[in-house]
Amino acid sequence: MIHLKNIHKSFGNAEVLTGVDMQIDEGQTMVILGKSGSGKSVLLKLILRLMSADAGTIIIDDEDTTTFTEEQMVPVRKKMGMLFQSAALFDSINVQENVAYMLREHTGMSNREIEDRVEEVLSFVQLSGVQEKMPSDLSGGMKKRVALARALAFKPRYLLYDEPTTGLDPLTAKTINELIRNTQEAHDVTSIVVTHDLISAFYVGDRFALIRDGVVSFSGTPDEFKASTDPFIVEYLACGREYN
Amino acid sequence: MRKIEVRHGGILEKGAIHTYELFRLTIDSVRYMFTRPSYFDTILEQMYQIGVRSLSIVLLTCFFTGMVLALQTGYQIARFGAKVYIGVVVALSMVRELGPVLTALVVAGRVGAGIAAELGSMQVTEQIDAMRAMATNPVKKLVTTRLIALLIMLPILTIIGDIVGIVGGMLISLYSLGLDFSFYKSTTIQALALQDIFTGLAKPVVFAFIIALVGCHLGLSTTGGTEGVGKSTTMSVVTSSILIFLFDFLLVKIFFLMFETG
Repeated sequence: MIHLKNIHKSFGNAEVLTGVDMQIDEGQTMVILGKSGSGKSVLLKLILRLMSADAGTIIIDDEDTTTFTEEQMVPVRKKMGMLFQSAALFDSINVQENVAYMLREHTGMSNREIEDRVEEVLSFVQLSGVQEKMPSDLSGGMKKRVALARALAFKPRYLLYDEPTTGLDPLTAKTINELIRNTQEAHDVTSIVVTHDLISAFYVGDRFALIRDGVVSFSGTPDEFKASTDPFIVEYLACGREYN
Repeated sequence: MRKIEVRHGGILEKGAIHTYELFRLTIDSVRYMFTRPSYFDTILEQMYQIGVRSLSIVLLTCFFTGMVLALQTGYQIARFGAKVYIGVVVALSMVRELGPVLTALVVAGRVGAGIAAELGSMQVTEQIDAMRAMATNPVKKLVTTRLIALLIMLPILTIIGDIVGIVGGMLISLYSLGLDFSFYKSTTIQALALQDIFTGLAKPVVFAFIIALVGCHLGLSTTGGTEGVGKSTTMSVVTSSILIFLFDFLLVKIFFLMFETG
């Protein structure tokens, strides 16, 4: 379980988060929605402690990680996988080594075992046979899938997705959505998905949280989100329908 | 990896923050030399990239510098009948000063810029964040490995540069200034004291710290996309070069105090 309590975060004079409270239960897929710059991606980075909160508490599996050092975060990060918006594949090594990264860093697995695991997760994201390719040789959708395979390779309990379908064509986006859903079902992970894409949100989400003016202005099920009479949510949904 | 947010401070405040972060990075990267994992393969790869691939440019620079040094001094001191001392001048200049400094400047231009550009690109494309998210310490993995590689390779490159510079000076002395080989060799060997070798090898160790840490620090603190990467790369070469000259001066002062005669 991940529990965020009264999280504040500013950048210079801009207060982005001004008291976010959120709880993500075991096995749940939480979708975080909000306008650009509302601090959705910042929340993911705060959970992983890639940046630190100005105030508030972050509890992961009953452990307060808010003030953890880099060394203390190692076991916490090993439980998590993150799919970055830009995929963030290491461009100096091939797909095989990208996906094998955590296995090589944190396990004593043999080369054979690592190769088998890499093949397994690449098959799961429907990308068998690309092990020798360099990230620069992959399309945007393939990069996201390799990044998902990399996140899955170490069998994480939590998966954090930062705008997984942004910049992809609708068919590739659909594939990614299906993979997110399949991942949750096949690997029983708890997921947080930050997205602008309402199709994706309704496809993968068990619960929605809307960040607005630095706080969670809505939290509930997708059906409750749809039924909301909050003018902002009504407009948000209407804009989504207009473009979809 | 602790970072201080640079807000709207003046140039002095930013300078102070960069200095503090560089100091912290130095402490951390040295501390991580003695912790696991050792990243031995990465260090070997960096030794090849940093050392072996810089060899040709170091050879060229030092060879021509040695030749020019012999030519310039040779014709000048010949007027005072002191042509026989060319070997001494070339050897002492190369080993004490030109070899270490020129090698460091060439490596700062080639390797320091490369480090800043590589790490800067990784920073702006979230690869550093990805590394941290995968429970890897980027300072240990990226900075310490490059620092170790430079600490090993820069002194080796400097020794090679010194030798090639002396050979360049010797060729000019033999074929252009008409000196005798055995005489040149004996004056060169006699001129070089143990302290010259020590000072000549102590410098590249300090310069290795400067090149690795300035390049890594500026790379890791890159912001502003590809434009930021360009700025970090340029800043890396400029800052490293200035610090190399500054620390060269300080080291010479210290060595003079230590050995009196320098």
